[in-house]
Amino acid sequence: MKLRVLYFARLRERLGCAEETLDCAGSTVADLVAQLQARGGVWAEELATGRAYRVAVNQDIVALDAALTENAAVAIFPPVTGG
Amino acid sequence: MKILVQSEAFELGAEVDALRRGRTDIGAIASFVGLARDMNDGSDVAAMTLEHYPGMTEKALAALVEEAQSRWTLLDVTLIHRVGRLLPGDPIVLVAVAGSHRGEAFAACEFIMDYLKTRAPFWKKEVTPEGERWVEARASDDVAATRWGKT
Repeated sequence: MKLRVLYFARLRERLGCAEETLDCAGSTVADLVAQLQARGGVWAEELATGRAYRVAVNQDIVALDAALTENAAVAIFPPVTGG
Repeated sequence: MKILVQSEAFELGAEVDALRRGRTDIGAIASFVGLARDMNDGSDVAAMTLEHYPGMTEKALAALVEEAQSRWTLLDVTLIHRVGRLLPGDPIVLVAVAGSHRGEAFAACEFIMDYLKTRAPFWKKEVTPEGERWVEARASDDVAATRWGKT
């Protein structure tokens, strides 16, 4: 399915990407993360199991097993540090 | 209820005045102002930049306030968070909660800050003598948020 994927803060800088549109072969957030990890390099490093990052689907923070929907906006970002 | 994400500074006195203006049912207003410090993790901080996720930020802040309103009887809430470049001493965030009595005002004010620290999509980048660096999330913030129980 088609997804809009956004990256923020340290992850945006490390991955060298603020936003992209891609086709995801799977149906969950975990599937998307696996697809991104398969790019290798910094993608595999930053999204490796055990690394701290959060995922929001359509602006709600979700768990890795959350389902994706066609044209969803998926944001991947480091733990937040506001306040 | 007033929720703002802005680059401009805010003024605590003006915000508290606005909360109470024209009403006589408020018995307590508790407020919190977070400031940019000149020191963090052993390094001097010359400036910081606050990045956020436009759209989600406003939604997340509104959800925090709604959650507080579901837990306590509140008469009004003001929540302002700044973004962009800030200097040491600059105000970053303001929470002001009006209630009938101090108990709910104190509790809701602290609750909103604890949840904001772990749920609102803001990220700080500091300028230090060693270069620019992203601030790492603190485990103590997760602990502070969990003491309020599950939502």
